[in-house]
Amino acid sequence: MAATRSLAPRMTDYWWTVYKRTWKGSVVSSFVTPLLYVLAMGVLLGGFIQGDPDRLEGASTYLAFVVPGMLAAQSMQLVFGELTYPVMSGVKWHRTYFAMVATPLSVRDVVQSQVGFVVFRVALSSAVFCLVVAPFGVFATWWGAVVAWLVQLLVALAFATPVFALSSYLKDESGFSLVFRLGMIPMFLFSGAFFPVDNLGPTLAALARLTPLWHAVDLTRMLTVDRLDPLLALLHVGYLAALTALGYVLVLRFLGRRLAS
Amino acid sequence: MSPLTAAAATAQTRRLGALGAVGLLVQRNYVVYRSAWWIFLSGFLEPVFYLFSIGVGVGQLVQGFEVDGRTIGYAAFVAPGMLAAAAMNGSLLDSTFNFFFKLKYAKTFEQMLATPLTTRDIARGELAWSLLRGGTYSLAFLLIMVAMGLVASWWAVLVLPAALLIGVAFGAVGMALTTYMRSWQDFEYVTLATLPLFLFSATFFPLEAFPTWLGWVVEATPLYRGVVLVRELTTGAVTADSVVSVVYLVVLSVAGMLVVSRRLDRLLLG
Repeated sequence: MAATRSLAPRMTDYWWTVYKRTWKGSVVSSFVTPLLYVLAMGVLLGGFIQGDPDRLEGASTYLAFVVPGMLAAQSMQLVFGELTYPVMSGVKWHRTYFAMVATPLSVRDVVQSQVGFVVFRVALSSAVFCLVVAPFGVFATWWGAVVAWLVQLLVALAFATPVFALSSYLKDESGFSLVFRLGMIPMFLFSGAFFPVDNLGPTLAALARLTPLWHAVDLTRMLTVDRLDPLLALLHVGYLAALTALGYVLVLRFLGRRLAS
Repeated sequence: MSPLTAAAATAQTRRLGALGAVGLLVQRNYVVYRSAWWIFLSGFLEPVFYLFSIGVGVGQLVQGFEVDGRTIGYAAFVAPGMLAAAAMNGSLLDSTFNFFFKLKYAKTFEQMLATPLTTRDIARGELAWSLLRGGTYSLAFLLIMVAMGLVASWWAVLVLPAALLIGVAFGAVGMALTTYMRSWQDFEYVTLATLPLFLFSATFFPLEAFPTWLGWVVEATPLYRGVVLVRELTTGAVTADSVVSVVYLVVLSVAGMLVVSRRLDRLLLG
């Protein structure tokens, strides 16, 4: 079966229908929320912070510092939202995955199509985000902004496959509260989105640098403030790609086991 | 016999007072949460994470702000804001999402009404439970503030009652609004209302960041009243004006509760 072509594109109409029916509800979480954070933290709180590129990882204002952080964090949060409860719904409540694999679709196709849908969602909302914040003068170069947007697709993948794997592994949705409170929120708050991780002190800063969000934020910020360190950027890309691959292997195994039962 | 059936059995043999009914409902929620204590416990971590991240991490970038003529460090400025916001969020979680689930899906309240409990008992009992939960978190947070040296005054002993008052006000209003909700999609409106409150109620920066007219608007919002009240208590800047916040929150609580019991009567008994 492995040699056959992927049937994932055959699911396009399904996900398009899902999107058409749910996009209104997602407007607040994926567009309004990050913009309010940018306004509150970047513009208003930023007014009280001295813009020093040496202390702000190359950003000349706090707003320019926090925008790439919010962009990457938004990509992460959207993935968590799309691949936790909805996945539990597919295996437990609505059991849509069982219906899908009862057709010629394989587990691999189901996974690829849903991950594709999430990447689409991230692509769309980060594009809107970039367009809205661009007039604030937060992007050093136009191409940096475009590449930073492309990076979000990789960020989406790097979070999507591991989170998908975890959600198909968990038997019960109550575990999600812990995933959010002990995983996503601490990453959001401590992985360099709001302040340079060096402010945490050497030990905690090293710990923060191990998280996928730090790699995502640092890579995005390098591009938006135009201070690219090619070697470090390569490391970030490698880390995120490796995470994507690892998550992919795991989700196929876990979801496959779940759907075979 | 489980504690709940035992309590229900005693309730059947004699008429319940208002306090007894509240106790019974709190006990019911306790039994439900006993098996998921980690969810209960981890709820307190969120504001603490925010305090460390914003207060300590971002705090190294901010000079600090002037409160009552004295300059205080950024962490000491942010911490009371986080506490008040946590009191709001914690109370709203129970009074909106969980309340809606019990009202619409689990039909918990309809079952309760088959017992001697009244709609008023249910409203009071659910609110009491969310206060117990919010109060626990607020107390833990206050102790962390004391340990970090972010409390400058003995007035801070009144922070817990202030946090409970914020909890009652938002809980009552949240419950009242929830009785009008049709589906889970409507909860987007809750986020749409609470997120701006959280971000712009002088939690992260003082009112001076706004133009004057916008500052007046902010001063009239409920979370702002809660934030300044808690901040006045932890910094010791208590004045006669602090009473305004208290009265404001009390009025909000009473109004909310009146709407809740009227609406529950209509939804469950009508």
